[in-house]
Amino acid sequence: MILPVFPSDQDPGSNFGELLKRVGLSPFEQFADVSKLEIPHATTCVAVKCSDGVVMAGDRRATSGNLISHRSMEKVVQADEFSGVAIAGAAGPAMEMVKLFQLQIEHYEKVEGQPLSLEGKANQLSMFVRNNLPAAMQGLMVVPIFAGFDEVSQGGRLWDYDATGGRYEELDFVATGSGQLHAATVLRVGWRKNLTTAEAVHLVSQSLWEASDADSATGGPDILRGIYPVVATITKDGFQRVSDNDLEVVFDQITAGVKQR
Amino acid sequence: MSMPYYVAPEQMMKDRADFARKGIARGRSLVAMQFADGIAIVAENPSHTLRKISEIYDRIAFAGVGKYNEFDQLRVLGVRSADLKGYQFSRQDVDARSLANQYAQMIGQTFTHEVKPLEVEILIAELGATSDKDQLFHIMYDGTVLDEQRFIVIGGDADSIRTKIETGFTPNLSLKESAQLAITALSSDDRKLTAHDLEVAVLQRNGARRCFKRISDQSLEDLLK
Repeated sequence: MILPVFPSDQDPGSNFGELLKRVGLSPFEQFADVSKLEIPHATTCVAVKCSDGVVMAGDRRATSGNLISHRSMEKVVQADEFSGVAIAGAAGPAMEMVKLFQLQIEHYEKVEGQPLSLEGKANQLSMFVRNNLPAAMQGLMVVPIFAGFDEVSQGGRLWDYDATGGRYEELDFVATGSGQLHAATVLRVGWRKNLTTAEAVHLVSQSLWEASDADSATGGPDILRGIYPVVATITKDGFQRVSDNDLEVVFDQITAGVKQR
Repeated sequence: MSMPYYVAPEQMMKDRADFARKGIARGRSLVAMQFADGIAIVAENPSHTLRKISEIYDRIAFAGVGKYNEFDQLRVLGVRSADLKGYQFSRQDVDARSLANQYAQMIGQTFTHEVKPLEVEILIAELGATSDKDQLFHIMYDGTVLDEQRFIVIGGDADSIRTKIETGFTPNLSLKESAQLAITALSSDDRKLTAHDLEVAVLQRNGARRCFKRISDQSLEDLLK
């Protein structure tokens, strides 16, 4: 390998995506029409604001048509110390986008010597989604959620996106994916100002439960195999995943509640 | 009509080397050494914004002396190369030896082919899983790569600093002890350095993915109290 040197008018600066283009490794290439192929799709993810920051959650199921292709996919991932990204849509491009997004944030921080602001990161993700538009037109749609703890405002912030890269900052909660409608309804009814982190964890779990109850592409807690949704809190202490043991307790409470209906 | 001229290759190389050495000697030196928790890099740097030490990858750090704009450009190239390799293959495939060779190739090429050689010396440090797997590479202005053990000194006054480090160095120094040793070595009789004159960063064996950590001015002052 040799060092990637460019003439000054073609220098990609701190942009990792541009760098990939220059060396011919860019993943954003024109796809053939894949809408007839059965490729895995990832589904429901949610995020809610709470008094200490935000809580994100995503179910673990990926489906190809009416088959379950993965039971333990992780759709909520850490982007950097104080932010996370959750994805719904075609699993392959979605995972690639997340990987690229994580790399871009870190690459920028190293080249520039200081991290991007939270809003800068949200903007950057919007560009990735827009770059994916040609692929989305051919059946590889990716719709992420971005959330994090803003060190400037000392609180949580969250964004959702549309397939064209449209970026919308939400005040209370967001949901994306096939179970979006059901999950968002639960959040809308259950959300109130200044939720504690524990209450927010309960609320997102409840929303995924209801989504999985009504939407076949959303997976519920898999008690048989010990697979629970990925739930993460992002506060001033950074991104922390809620342990499966804690989630087991939360889902026991939820199922106990359902039995009494 | 221009006059054809001949300069013996030996003379040409010597002139270039003298030129590069002079440029490097104008700047301040820096030291990297193994300590109990990893590798500490201590540079004399009057600026608090223009950095000499920086992160390249999870376990790899970079430091340069000489002309700032030249080594900073090399730093960015290193970050790019490492991030590209990590993206294309896997994070564990990114290593300091390969990076040091890429740097050597480029610096050596500039030294022999360009009008002006780079007036820089750089250091690439990689934190191993255990201290005996740590790697320290010193790349000179002409592309010579040196693989050194325990500690490295780069910069104009390297020989006298190296002697001072050699006398005080023992394995498993604490961060405080190694910073103090570096301060003593970088100071001279007529110029005593304080925490304010230094830039310090460590590669710390702490189980985290990104091992590079800058020691802020405040925590350095507290450390050296």
